[in-house]
Amino acid sequence: MSEPILRVAGLFGRIGGQQVVEDVSFDVPATGVTALLGRNGVGKTSTIKSILGLIDRSGGMHLGGTRIDRMPTHRIVQLGVGYVPEDREVFGSLTVAENLRLAERDAAPRREFIQRLFPDIHDRRAQRAGTLSGGQQQMVSLARALVNENRLLLVDEPTKGLAPRIVDEVAEALAEAARTVPILLVEQNLHVIRRLAERVVVLSGGRVVFTGEASDLLDDEDRIQRFLGVHDATDPHDTAAGSTR
Amino acid sequence: MSTVVLLLVTGLGLGALYFLVASGLSLIYGLMGVLNFAHGSFLTIAAFLGWEVGRRVSDGTWWGLALSAMVGLAVGAIVAAATEYLLIRRLYERHIEQALVTVGLSLATVALFEGIWGTDPIYTQKPEWLAQTTEILGAKIPNDRFLLIACALVVLGGIVLFLRRTRYGLIIRAGVENRSMVMALGIDVRRSFTIVFAIGGAAAGLGGVLASVYYGYVSAHLGSVLLIFAFIVTVIGGLGSLTGAAIASVLVAVLQQFANFYLGGTGDLVVVVALAAVLLVRPRGLMGKVA
Repeated sequence: MSEPILRVAGLFGRIGGQQVVEDVSFDVPATGVTALLGRNGVGKTSTIKSILGLIDRSGGMHLGGTRIDRMPTHRIVQLGVGYVPEDREVFGSLTVAENLRLAERDAAPRREFIQRLFPDIHDRRAQRAGTLSGGQQQMVSLARALVNENRLLLVDEPTKGLAPRIVDEVAEALAEAARTVPILLVEQNLHVIRRLAERVVVLSGGRVVFTGEASDLLDDEDRIQRFLGVHDATDPHDTAAGSTR
Repeated sequence: MSTVVLLLVTGLGLGALYFLVASGLSLIYGLMGVLNFAHGSFLTIAAFLGWEVGRRVSDGTWWGLALSAMVGLAVGAIVAAATEYLLIRRLYERHIEQALVTVGLSLATVALFEGIWGTDPIYTQKPEWLAQTTEILGAKIPNDRFLLIACALVVLGGIVLFLRRTRYGLIIRAGVENRSMVMALGIDVRRSFTIVFAIGGAAAGLGGVLASVYYGYVSAHLGSVLLIFAFIVTVIGGLGSLTGAAIASVLVAVLQQFANFYLGGTGDLVVVVALAAVLLVRPRGLMGKVA
């Protein structure tokens, strides 16, 4: 097995003095999608934010062999990390074009790739991002991450609150992205997880309780119930849990 | 009618002065969450140094005033950027320490200015035309009001152009909305902090020179007096909103002028009442973002 693109060892994260990530360790392989799973409030989003330095954190983290646990957020991202936050966090007062221009780090940003992947938002370049629908905002958020060549994508709940048709479009865009860049994906929708994830890391109480192949978890109804608190949904748009932190 | 016109134009002139101070305050708070109590010191030092250079080169002439304005802009920008770089940068997210440091700096610099230039106001010369009046609808308007209004409009236009047309402007607009997300796009937002301080300091510096024209003197307390009203304007306009600061500057100054004239010199009281009313009815200000 090749070297992992991201190695997390003994990660602790704190928000306002409260421990939200506790001694978390896992690797993200250099290819494919690794899903970070768990019930509501177990620290999935906080883990992603800890990796990026968006919350107070300590512990060892290496990106492709480079130590990143003491780097500020912008330096980590400049090493080639794309981030799609929970709740999109587009800049509502800026236009779609300005949102994308702000995100461009590379000398030759992949504008044509973005245009092909998200033709709808390309047509709305002059529109303020705050006036877009939730699905369109998610496309902008994804486009901001994909406009650069990345070594790793951190994608947090990309299908949360979206209509089934948009969920499929988002999953399709992520599948396309995953062909060229490894993804660490926080997701609640089991259908999307089944479609995209090759490996899973399960958190409970801020700690890792399971790591392995996605099929080892998803083919085991008992594990799904135990770790995620749900039965496997027959409806492809059912989520593993309602909302996340 | 002539009284109304006079109060209106004088209010606009005073509002222009408030805007020059408040624009920087508002941008600095909007992007960095820093309530900069030392902002008045940028204004005062710029006013003193502008006056010192202007009077030595050509006192009471347009050339001297232009030189003073340039010195004021430069001094305001440099002192503000240095303050951010040397003192504030270490204190982001530490709001109590920020307040203590900027209040302390404000008090210390006033004492320093008094030590250098004395405690009494120093009366200044201005170009002859600025000391004259122009009659509009029967009202004799002091010409310096027109200069103040024109300068504030130029500064407003310049800042808007900067925010709309440059990459740093884009970063600042995005940073005012969501600073963490700007960093998560790989942008070192701290560089923008220094730039915003410099822009705010430059506007305040120009405001200091123009305040010495408006009041006819410079003093160690010039910045402190204007800072109070600039804070009121910033809160009423909405913290972080440049447009809000511009609108509120005019509203506050015009209200102050009318209240002073028609309500027996109660302008300051009326402004404070207006601030309380805005805080009660619309706590985020006229154009501030929702917390």
